[in-house]
Formats: sequence, structure tokens, C-alpha cells
Amino acid sequence: MTHEHARLRLKTWSFAVVVVFCNVFGNFFLKRGMPAELATPLAYITVLFHPWVALGVVLLIVWLMMRMALLSWADLSYVVPVTAVGYVLVAVVGKVLLNEQITMKRWTGIGLIVAGVALVSGGSAPQTAHPEPKTAEATP
Amino acid sequence: MKWLLIGIIVAATTAGEVLQAAGMRRHGEIRDFRPGAIGRALAVLARNRFVIAAVAAMAVSFFAYLGLLTIADLSFAVPATAITYVLETVLAKYVLKEHVNWLRWAGASLVICGVALVSL
Repeated sequence: MTHEHARLRLKTWSFAVVVVFCNVFGNFFLKRGMPAELATPLAYITVLFHPWVALGVVLLIVWLMMRMALLSWADLSYVVPVTAVGYVLVAVVGKVLLNEQITMKRWTGIGLIVAGVALVSGGSAPQTAHPEPKTAEATP
Repeated sequence: MKWLLIGIIVAATTAGEVLQAAGMRRHGEIRDFRPGAIGRALAVLARNRFVIAAVAAMAVSFFAYLGLLTIADLSFAVPATAITYVLETVLAKYVLKEHVNWLRWAGASLVICGVALVSL
């Protein structure tokens, strides 16, 4: 049972890291490639072929799939606060790549997010709702 | 316009995530990550009505978000949509029947305050 808990925790953490990176960089590239305005409904489609937007969209598709996999075993009330560590990464990316200032207020926010993530991830198992019995999908 | 888009994003994101969690939990833990197995899992999930509804809701949320980003900065978009954290935690407890212990509530509350401070 403890082995099972440890396995699930490690798997959850690994997926959470990938989910956070895909989300942060997906949104970063998306914002970078977006034009000033999308005038027509068609513009919402054609903008998807802009290279930065396309890269952002690909990362967000990976993010979506990894997140779906994560939610196949982990609680939503665990995944949502824990993946908020992405906001910290956004601030760091902004500072490193865009030379944005991190104000005292933002540092305070970063501290609160890190503390919140630590409480959730350290204070509860990733899975509390009891899953349905395994599906027919064979496990190797 | 801004606030209309925020409203759409919050409603669609919350609905999408709760439906996604419900659908994935019904599917069961994904353990096999070889390409063929992922393809088979996707084929099964494509017939999962919770997942279908979730994808529809998240598509609405995505395009509304694209629209929002053209008229607002990330520093407005992010904190304004952070309310989804509260809604999703509440729905996780009452709809998905997860055991949200006090550490999770405390952690989620800290995260919401932190997100607001980081992005406002």
C-alpha cells in the first residue's frame, strides 16, 4: 500500500512538472505570436498557422493530453492548486526572457503560491476519491 | 466586452475541468504510455460523453481567451480568471466527491491570494 502511494505520488509529480511547463510555454508563445486584433471570425482560424501561435497551440495540446492523463488518477482539488506553481514560472520567465521587474508585491504572491502548493502537495495524497474499478484496458 | 469574455471563460473553464476530471476518473488510471496504447485510450475517450462535453467547453474557453488576449494584457486576464480555482475546488468536493481536507482548502486559498498578487 505504501509502495502504491509512493508510485502514485512520483507519477503525479512527474506529470505535474510536464503539465506546468507545457502550459507556461504554450501561453508564452501564443501571446508572443498574437496580432493586435482579430477582426473577423476567419482571423481566429488563420492565426493558428502563425509559427509562434502554432507552437503555442501544439504545447497546449500536449498540456491538455498530459493533464487529462493526470486527472485519470489524481484529484481535481489536488491538480488545480498544485499546477498553479505555473504562475511562479510565468514570473520567472518574464524576468529572464523579457527582463520584467519582479516587484515586492509579486514576490509576496510567489511566496504565497509556493506555500499553497507545498500545503496541498505535502498535506494530502493525490488521490482521495475512490476510483472506479479498472477498465478492460490491459496493463503490461 | 472584457468582462463578458471573462464570464464566458470562467464558466466554460470550470465546467470543462470538472467534466474532464469526472470523465477521466471514470476511465480509470492511464498506465500505458506507448504510442499504440495512447491511441487506443484516445479512441475510448472520444466516446466518453463527459470528455466530449469537456473538450467542447474548453474549446469555447480557449477561443474566448484568444479574444481576451487581443484586447487585454495577461496581467489582467490571469487574475480575473483565477476565480475558477475557488469554483473548481468547491465542485471537486460536492460534485466529484473528493475529500478536500483542511490542508487543501488552506493551500488553495493561499494559491488564490498569491495568483491575485502576482498578476494584479
